[in-house]
Amino acid sequence: MLEKNDKLVIAGREFDSRLMVGTGKYADFPQMVAAIEASGAQIITVAVRRVNISDRNKESLLDHIDLKKYTLLPNTAGCYSAEDAIRTCRLAREAGLSDFVKLEVLGDEKTLFPNNEELLKAAAVLIKEGFTVLPYTSDDPIVCRRLEDLGCAAVMPLGAPIGSGLGIRNPYNLRIILDTVKVPVIVDAGVGTASDAAIAMELGCHGVLMNTGIAGAQDPIAMALAMNLAVRAGRLAFRAGRIPMKLHANASSPLSGLIA
Amino acid sequence: MNITINGAAATIDPLSVQDYLEQLGIDPRRVAVELNREILPKGAYPGTTLKEGDCIEIVHFVGGG
Repeated sequence: MLEKNDKLVIAGREFDSRLMVGTGKYADFPQMVAAIEASGAQIITVAVRRVNISDRNKESLLDHIDLKKYTLLPNTAGCYSAEDAIRTCRLAREAGLSDFVKLEVLGDEKTLFPNNEELLKAAAVLIKEGFTVLPYTSDDPIVCRRLEDLGCAAVMPLGAPIGSGLGIRNPYNLRIILDTVKVPVIVDAGVGTASDAAIAMELGCHGVLMNTGIAGAQDPIAMALAMNLAVRAGRLAFRAGRIPMKLHANASSPLSGLIA
Repeated sequence: MNITINGAAATIDPLSVQDYLEQLGIDPRRVAVELNREILPKGAYPGTTLKEGDCIEIVHFVGGG
């Protein structure tokens, strides 16, 4: 199979799937489990939050996730400073016993755009502490290069604002980022439908991470399968090498042997 | 004695972190504990006794993107 020898490699670890999915916003745990299964994802993001001390009857997320099958990628969602993000990562490592973290340091609540200054600060500290850092970042090639220089295992530029479903708003920046860094480029945030994921992959991005695009769909399980197929289709199309765009037509059928 | 647990005040008898988690009905394998802003490794739960004024955070994984 053409897909077989095309692994995504992050910090020396190989993955067959190039789609990473979140675990938030689902109606219930069975729906989440079915959607993750349909997505084919092997890396799934989780958030770190205080345990509800007063109500212990709530089911735990990890009761529903097969940890032999999936690699957890804890995030630092909701952190607005390097200090909070670092603290959250340390807790995540202790809770999950893995060094993988999706580092996000937000700039404000309205845009959820990254605060890149704090992001770089946090990444530097975490990498020194042995974390495998996958940073959610602006689609800024210079910031991505600095993140790579610090030792991040991948860069995860946004396609559009988190949860917006606006798709890949600046494919040219993504192409410049792909030209600038050697680590995997994972589009994180903004994907609204299957074609958005395919576009990211056709540009040459190494993977796509999404949550709302699947969990917010009317039928999340069907959308998860659509995203699974779109990421694979986009990747195959990228590897296959598309034809150049031309302004004028170029006949597919031979011109010789026409009857008239 | 008084402690702060996940940002809220609580009054408890002196006990180990391990016993406190048990009392709260929390599986220690599924959480991470921070004591006075330092990560408390899981192996240290039985041997760490909570003191007056301690600030403890107990977190776990929830759904997120």
